[in-house]
Amino acid sequence: MSSRSINWLKFSSPATFYPLAGRLVPWFTGLAVILIAVGLYMSFAVAPTDYKQGEGYRIIFVHVPAAWMSMFIYVVMAGWAGVGLIFNTRVSAMVAQALAPTGAMFTFLALWTGSFWGKPMWGTWWVWDARLTSELILLFLYIGFMALQASIEDPRRADRAGAILALVGVVNIPIIYFSVKWWNTLHQGASIRIGQESTMAVTMLWTTLIMALGFWMYSIAVVLSRVRCIILERERNATWVAELIKEDR
Amino acid sequence: MKRLSEFFYMGGYALYVWGSFGVTALLMAVEPILVRNRRRAVYQRLARMARAEASSKR
Repeated sequence: MSSRSINWLKFSSPATFYPLAGRLVPWFTGLAVILIAVGLYMSFAVAPTDYKQGEGYRIIFVHVPAAWMSMFIYVVMAGWAGVGLIFNTRVSAMVAQALAPTGAMFTFLALWTGSFWGKPMWGTWWVWDARLTSELILLFLYIGFMALQASIEDPRRADRAGAILALVGVVNIPIIYFSVKWWNTLHQGASIRIGQESTMAVTMLWTTLIMALGFWMYSIAVVLSRVRCIILERERNATWVAELIKEDR
Repeated sequence: MKRLSEFFYMGGYALYVWGSFGVTALLMAVEPILVRNRRRAVYQRLARMARAEASSKR
């Protein structure tokens, strides 16, 4: 038990996390490529035309995975930021910092694809509906997190300030998720619910899940690559970084 | 050929479907490139620092 926990703690040091992340990136990249390729094939060749929305509904296969990732990445980011705040571990704060741009990108994509779906189905690109507004607030939280960290010179202070912002912002996640239940929204309710039967056709459900898994693997790959950059930037005065650079030449 | 143009037509939803998938694909292709560029920039900067340090010791 104790030896196992020491093994895990080892990776909270940038010097050991850096090569580990480097070894993991190709695996997650490969998985992402395969899953997204299968997901795209299913999106256009396997999933049947919807009886109500025709071909337009196919937007779901990027919209729902992007929206899930936007919320999931935020929770993970706040979690790592919180761990960094409590245990004062540098790598956790760096992981949180690396997650933010990818989370912001998926939030933007959820809003963008939602808009492109809303126009033909609801007749409008945007409404100030609870679901849409809370998702927009999520985008501002990501941007605020990045801007706050960038504006503070001392990285350790930036980590702490960012962590507090990220943790306070977590309150928005259940608001997004339950907004379609709590308020009367134009946005439809959840089709996929835990513990209940899904209201979606089986192929549509599987296609959405495969795409979501592909987006997830993509996020891990890109975040691990980014955290490696952040480690090098912030640990540039460490001996192991100097040796790494020497070896590479 | 007819099937292909029908496919791109998307039952009249071409703008919305390709507008969604296209922008998603674009951003998910650009993000890894940006990360790669950032990595190159860090590496170059660190290599410069190492060279400067080596020459100052001499």
